[in-house]
Amino acid sequence: MLQNLLQTVAAWSIPLFLLLALVYAVYKKVDVFDTFVEGARDGFQTSITLIPYLVAMIVAIGLLRASGAIDLLVGFLEPLLTRFHIPGEILPLALMRPLSGSGALGITAEILNSYGPDSFIGRVASTMQGSTDTTFYILTVYFGSVGIRKIRHALAVGLIADFAAFAATLVICTLFFG
Amino acid sequence: MINFIWFAMMFVGLVVAAATGRIGAVSEAIFASAEQAVAVAFSMISVMTFWLGIMKIIEKSGLIHWVVKILRPLSVLLFPRLPQNHPAVHAILMNMSANLLGMGSAATPFGLKAMQELQNLNPHAESASDEMCTFLAVNTSSITLIPTTVIALRAASGSRNPTEIVGTTILATLVAWTTGILAERLLRNFSRAGRR
Repeated sequence: MLQNLLQTVAAWSIPLFLLLALVYAVYKKVDVFDTFVEGARDGFQTSITLIPYLVAMIVAIGLLRASGAIDLLVGFLEPLLTRFHIPGEILPLALMRPLSGSGALGITAEILNSYGPDSFIGRVASTMQGSTDTTFYILTVYFGSVGIRKIRHALAVGLIADFAAFAATLVICTLFFG
Repeated sequence: MINFIWFAMMFVGLVVAAATGRIGAVSEAIFASAEQAVAVAFSMISVMTFWLGIMKIIEKSGLIHWVVKILRPLSVLLFPRLPQNHPAVHAILMNMSANLLGMGSAATPFGLKAMQELQNLNPHAESASDEMCTFLAVNTSSITLIPTTVIALRAASGSRNPTEIVGTTILATLVAWTTGILAERLLRNFSRAGRR
């Protein structure tokens, strides 16, 4: 029931939104085609501006993953987590989530397959995957697009929020599913 | 800061690869990643072009003022120093609405438009403004009503109830969101704009 409702909302939100935007614009006597083209003109330039920033960041992350540095960190931190009764299997996902969207999704899929989506670890992984975004990617793209070089405390804030999501996921899942 | 982070990531990657005998994988990883990065930028062209066109229509027709009116309490709370009818606030609120409704493809174009508008208001062109940091804090804890990708993934791996994580996800996101915004408010005084 809830599932159907949510899937319906997801499928309809974009078409309905577009319909509303276009009908309202015509009602307000806006030349929709000309206006669309005028706004769309910036799309190409903005995307191309991002290439050097994206290459720099995605290469660094790709290198970190391929080098085995993340596995090393997992091995180092795992005993610490076990002491606090936190399932260590979730650690690779927590470390990957802020770095790489596709990497984190791969780990989540792997966890769901090996432990089952309805296991505690599966639910924790699902919640963690959904409740934060790829902090490094967002910072790179958003600041890169306007040429900001001094990002000040933005990265610290992003990582603090990611850590909060990680901790909250464990607590909330224990309360709901524990 | 960003220079040091990037150096550290590259340095650790190269040294660990050498130490663990994976040096052969290095070149492959670098060029595959570089290709992936360009592919990401190119796939963004289509989405950006489309949604920036729609954004212009929403602005010109005045529909944006309804969005602003509905979400005004949120933008006043998060961005008290921005003029509430500025295009920056329009784009920020459209970005949040898109995230909230699970319109992922629309969120980034609106977000980048918001950054450009915020940059127009930024007195230090090379340094992030407080508002940018707040906006990024809002964005990195992606608040969404429907985590569609995860639900699809759970369904694909045979879950009996793929959507049971919607509630926990929304709660965890809210915690991350609040923490991010509070952390931003606390930390902004320690890294004043234009100082470094």
